[in-house]
Amino acid sequence: MTTLPPAFDNWFTSRGWSIHPHQKAMLNRADAPALLLIAPTGGGKTLAGFLPTLAELADGNHNGLHTLYISPLKALTADIRRNLAAPVAEMDLPIRIEDRTGDTSYTKRRRQRADPPHILLTTPESLALLLSYEDAPRIFAGLKRVVVDEIHALSESKRGDQLMLCLARLSSLCPGLRRVGLSATVEDPEGIARFLARHPGQCEILHADPGPDPDIAMLRTDAPPPWAGGGGSHAIPAILEQVRQHRTTLIFHNTRAQAEIFFHALWLANSDNLPVGIHHGSLSREQRERVEAAMVTGELRAVVCTGSLDLGIDWGDVDLVVQVGAPKNVKRLVQRIGRANHRYNAPSKALLVPANRFEVVECVAALEAVRAHTLDGTPRGRGPRDVLCQHILITAAAGAFDPDALFAEVTSAGPYASLSRTEFDACLDFVATGGYALRAYDRWQRLKCTDGVWHLRDPRAAAQIRMNIGTIVDAEMMKVRLKNNRGGAPLGEVEEAFAATLTAGDTFLIGGQVVRYEGLREMVIEVTRRSGASPRIAVFSGTKFATSTQLSERILGLFRRADWSGLPAHTARWLRLQLQMSKLPEHDRLLVETFPHEGRAHMCVYGFAGRNAQQTLGLLLTQRMEETGLRPLGFVATDYATLIWGLDLPPDPAALFDAKAMRDGFETWLTGNAVMKRTFRSAAVIAGLIERNTPGRRKSGRQATFSSDILYDTLVKYDPGHLLLAITREGALKGLVDFSRIEEMLDRIGGRIDHVALSRVSPLAAPLFLEAGRVPVDGAGQERLLAQQAQSAMQAAGLA
Amino acid sequence: MNGFDFSLSGAALTALPTGALWWAEAGLLAVSDLHLGKSERLARRGGTMLPPYEVQETLSRLEADIAATTPDTVLCLGDSFDDLDAVAGLNAVAAQWLTRLMAGRKWIWVTGNHDPGPTQFDGTHLAELRRAPLVFRHIAEPCAQGEVSGHYHPKARLGRISRPAFLIDADRVILPAYGTYTGGLRCRDRTLQGLMGERALAVLTGATATPIPFPRN
Repeated sequence: MTTLPPAFDNWFTSRGWSIHPHQKAMLNRADAPALLLIAPTGGGKTLAGFLPTLAELADGNHNGLHTLYISPLKALTADIRRNLAAPVAEMDLPIRIEDRTGDTSYTKRRRQRADPPHILLTTPESLALLLSYEDAPRIFAGLKRVVVDEIHALSESKRGDQLMLCLARLSSLCPGLRRVGLSATVEDPEGIARFLARHPGQCEILHADPGPDPDIAMLRTDAPPPWAGGGGSHAIPAILEQVRQHRTTLIFHNTRAQAEIFFHALWLANSDNLPVGIHHGSLSREQRERVEAAMVTGELRAVVCTGSLDLGIDWGDVDLVVQVGAPKNVKRLVQRIGRANHRYNAPSKALLVPANRFEVVECVAALEAVRAHTLDGTPRGRGPRDVLCQHILITAAAGAFDPDALFAEVTSAGPYASLSRTEFDACLDFVATGGYALRAYDRWQRLKCTDGVWHLRDPRAAAQIRMNIGTIVDAEMMKVRLKNNRGGAPLGEVEEAFAATLTAGDTFLIGGQVVRYEGLREMVIEVTRRSGASPRIAVFSGTKFATSTQLSERILGLFRRADWSGLPAHTARWLRLQLQMSKLPEHDRLLVETFPHEGRAHMCVYGFAGRNAQQTLGLLLTQRMEETGLRPLGFVATDYATLIWGLDLPPDPAALFDAKAMRDGFETWLTGNAVMKRTFRSAAVIAGLIERNTPGRRKSGRQATFSSDILYDTLVKYDPGHLLLAITREGALKGLVDFSRIEEMLDRIGGRIDHVALSRVSPLAAPLFLEAGRVPVDGAGQERLLAQQAQSAMQAAGLA
Repeated sequence: MNGFDFSLSGAALTALPTGALWWAEAGLLAVSDLHLGKSERLARRGGTMLPPYEVQETLSRLEADIAATTPDTVLCLGDSFDDLDAVAGLNAVAAQWLTRLMAGRKWIWVTGNHDPGPTQFDGTHLAELRRAPLVFRHIAEPCAQGEVSGHYHPKARLGRISRPAFLIDADRVILPAYGTYTGGLRCRDRTLQGLMGERALAVLTGATATPIPFPRN
């Protein structure tokens, strides 16, 4: 138990504050080796985490690092530094606080290693990097506490798995280190406690008062939402009116592309020039910092943003949160709503804006779930082994290690507590030798074993390992900047695949402005400003969340109700139209529609299994169609349906859904599909098989590296038992493939399939035609189309 | 063979969908940029340890092309090995396999920038080969005629599909890289734009050799 020095009581009193019960509880339990605080946003969670540190440091007797604070966002570390600086200055405490992220200057980072502050605020990646240095034991000497903020978000990703491995390492370096996790309201606190605990030890859980229910409703608009699309631009007048009525509004979008389109349209409609900004992960640092600074000083009335503002950044006076597009997941919605009103015990205010008719249904279902306090979530699985492989490399970069000690350390981390020694040894073998059945690299092993300890064969490899630290694997991005003589202002990034389709004169949206593609210069896209033209939309393949099982169930439940008075009239009319023309999907049956459209056969499957599983269903079904000579050309998947198109109509769609055949075909299918290749690339980068493509290495324009698909195909053909293929499979099944939700669906429908053959597109299928993310099928149909396209290009050029 | 037939300085050639060039009249099969031993070289330099099966994969594709065309002469158009040490680093099985492929036919190694000298393997080692009306060299020269070269690993895009490609105009053909672990250079690269003349074609490899107009900037 830590008691507060008198200075603290005076400070609280002078501000007219009193200490919250959960902050008191955190002080009382300050000696606990692991402690998890569950508190709503605005509950003084961060201060609760830091109070014991401030109290322990108040006497000025501690030298070196005392507390490490980890947050998932760079912006959050800067924010917390500002917020902590105030009480520390006002109480005149002898405490030095600094942050350290990828954005911190080289000089400052060097100095921090030599002379660490008392409190260091950083991200999981920066911590992993610090641990890869040989002087890590010296840097962290004396460390007493680690505070992991927003642990509910980190626990859902590989970044969290990596962080827990780093904490295991820190606990070895600093005996007696105490861990604290700060979490928003979640459905499974025990799961997060197990994640944070130092096994076999336990982690205590403290619950703060959850506060009042949020004030949340659907935004009423004069214009009904469009049949399809995800932009929410129909609601712009109504949203602008809300912005006028509130101090500061955050307008959340589910994807960066949607945020871009919306911001552009909002700006055009913003006749009284309200100051609004845009913030998302693909904008340049300069752009983001400008918006962040303007938010803090209260200069902006609204910010259009994505998940990059999802976490607990204290943006001062936000009093309204607008969610454009369906929330997909009730838990995340509740956490987002918490952005508004950072005052304890004041209800948060939020408005949902469905972007199209289907999302109206999803929003209504989500509102019901929020009122019923049912949060959703999937239990987290074991930590993936690609992250472990990287951790072994990081450990080797810091110095020689004993494998037994490392195994003991790794299994003290929650996500790896059940890892077997055999699995660990396979990861070590992969890192050291490549782990191939053909032992080809005896002379060139990455790690060597000498006298029972493992070390880098070539110590210079440590620099390369550090370059590849991190578990976020983005699509290849290219920088965009304004063209001028001195190399103009950076605007942000677009995906290389999108950049490859641009030709001079094309216009596209970035940072809310329309720009014109001028050309490439040293792998940087140069653009000029241009207004008015109708722009293309840059592709950002950010994480797309699947609608949770619980929310899908609620939607199906809503369909079943005879009474749709809770729905806006336009949406109820749309559903009635669907009922007249076809059927509505039902919980225990599968609706399959077929219809011709624009000269192609279409089949729409309403599985309601979530985006990833519907995607897998698309891949599985098109493969079966390809095998039976049906020549499918492609498909697109949403959270509720998969739309397949091709040259021929399946005569009996029900036959495609034979559960046994589907499960049997799954194994052979799995190895060959594009999702596996994407998962493989990510696992290969994380595990250190392929290096990240740093901008410098691509400067020449020559692809020094080649597609990771080639490596995948080679492994499948020559070394099918390889560790990375096992990791890929595990990752794909859990993530992008999501086969468990297909199984769930097959069980649910129990072979009851309703095939409705139509002469044209059904009301419910129409939205799918505007969905992004169409997946081409690599088969006979595609080869034929390719030949046709080539032929017409040749004719157009007068060459054939 | 799903190849694309064209004529260069009067010689009738076929761009095979595998990336090899077949000159039926001369009984000559040309492949470029095999980069054998690439994974070994990367590991040796302390980089990553890629799946060590690329030699096997490249040779089995070459074997299939040889079986399909039964050439009198096989010509490797430079960068056959990722570097000269990679020749020594080739394992015994791969070395024997290559020797077996070479048996019973003429084999010409044109030197490239990655393998600038003769290797332990038999066959003729040349800086370039002239066989009228064509000349074979590793790197294209600006004013050449009837020239067959490699080096640039060209690839071309049609819609969303990007594949290694032959580049063909009235004066030259540039071969795609044949090696398994090879990347590619886009047609829009300045050098390639400068090298290729009017009415040039890009022929995509794949199941079928597919010609498209050479993409211009």
